[in-house]
Amino acid sequence: MIEIINLSKFFSTESGDFTAINDINLTIEDGDIYGIIGMSGAGKSTLIRCINLLEKPSEGKILIDGVDITALEGNGLLELRRKIGMVFQKFNLLMQRTIRDNVAFPLEVAGVDKKQRLERVDELLDIVGLNSKAGSYPVQLSGGQQQRVSIARALANNPALLLCDEPTSALDSLTTNSILKLLKDINHKLGVTIIIITHEISVVEKICKKVAIIDESRIIEKGLVKDVLKNPQKEMTKKLLERGELIE
Amino acid sequence: MSEFIAQYGSLLIENTWITIYQTTLSTLFAYILGIPLGVLLVISQPHGIWPHKSLNACLGWVVNVGRSIPFIILLVALIPFTRFVMGSAIGPKAVILPLVIAATPFVARMVESALMEVDAGVIEVAQSAGASIRQIVWKVILPEGLPSIVLGASITFITLFGYAAMAGVIGAGGLGDVAVRYGHYKYQSDVMIATIIILIILVQIIQVLGNGISRKIDKRLKNKIGGGKN
Ligand SMILES: Nc1ncnc2c1ncn2[C@@H]1O[C@H](COP(=O)(O)OP(=O)(O)OP(=O)(O)O)[C@@H](O)[C@H]1O
Ligand SMILES: [Mg+2]
Repeated sequence: MIEIINLSKFFSTESGDFTAINDINLTIEDGDIYGIIGMSGAGKSTLIRCINLLEKPSEGKILIDGVDITALEGNGLLELRRKIGMVFQKFNLLMQRTIRDNVAFPLEVAGVDKKQRLERVDELLDIVGLNSKAGSYPVQLSGGQQQRVSIARALANNPALLLCDEPTSALDSLTTNSILKLLKDINHKLGVTIIIITHEISVVEKICKKVAIIDESRIIEKGLVKDVLKNPQKEMTKKLLERGELIE
Repeated sequence: MSEFIAQYGSLLIENTWITIYQTTLSTLFAYILGIPLGVLLVISQPHGIWPHKSLNACLGWVVNVGRSIPFIILLVALIPFTRFVMGSAIGPKAVILPLVIAATPFVARMVESALMEVDAGVIEVAQSAGASIRQIVWKVILPEGLPSIVLGASITFITLFGYAAMAGVIGAGGLGDVAVRYGHYKYQSDVMIATIIILIILVQIIQVLGNGISRKIDKRLKNKIGGGKN
């Protein structure tokens, strides 16, 4: 279980402190697919990046299975990150490595020996359906395939939690559906908890169990997807339901 | 023509080798020193993976000082130091020291700009996978930046040809020495022209080689990779 408690992040800029997320409270149960939706600049990425401490929170706590992670440093921090997978909007593959070696990257980092690495990479490429591309380079793959590779890579160290920051925003709608289906399968078969950031309500409808709506750095509404969509409380949520996505 | 070759052939070949030897060795040493410097310059930046403001400023300053001294002045200024370290002030071997000192800051900047091209997103992935700073440098930044480093290396090599020729003028041997001794002092413009032609050919070869190797190792270039070999 992940408990985000009174979490805030301030960035110091030339024009003073800027509040990117403000007093966020959120509980994510094991096995959830939790959607976080909001407009550009609302603070979605900042929030998800706090969970693996790519951003250091300014205030508040993040408890993972009851342990506050926000103070972690050094090796403790590296260990934490090895247990959390992350998928980005840009696929961010290592362009000079084969697909196989891209997926092996987190295993190398964690010191897994070569033989085990290769076995695990085969399993992972099976999961994402790209075994035939093992020896190819990223440039030879389509966007959807590259995102599958990045998902395989994020799963390499058997994380219990997968963070996805707009994983389908760079993809067409057909490819989006196949990636969402893959994430759903992963959640179902491997029991991985997934937090997914998006600005499209359709993504939430398709795979999320719960959703939080974030607007101007605060969470304005949250709950089970079926409740929130049926009975939106806030103007922003209604607007979002009408327009299908949250782009100005 | 054959007369010319008979008379100057061995002189030219010998000094061509001296120039190649000086340039190659000094490029090599300059990279041995310049790569770590370039890496430090990149990772210690404010948004780098190992931010160290004062170290970054200090290194940047040293590199800039090194780069702002014209080689010919550096060469002369270093004479006592070169004599102390290499045993002689100027000569085919001794000149490697000032060449390395002149080239290292240059290389550091070349490596820095090559590594700056590495996508920040890829580095972020490595961080999110729990990679240490050392792992990010060895497994991400250097391999991803390698094709650009190789391209830069041919530019360094060519620049050092020019420096080595300058050093030749004050007695370091090599093609610069030949050009000045025969071409300038003895008015033998045919020797002068021969050294120029040799230098042009060498520069062309290095450039083609550098581009070729860079292209060969760069997996971002789609058209040259054969379909998914396993
Ligand atoms: N390192 C930073 N320094 C200063 N301001 C920042 C920094 N990172 C983010 N911000 C600001 O914080 C706010 C929230 O950014 P964030 O990236 O979390 O938004 P987002 O909801 O993910 O937007 P998008 O949908 O465009 O990705 C933005 O106004 C952004 O400019
Ligand atoms: Mg974002």
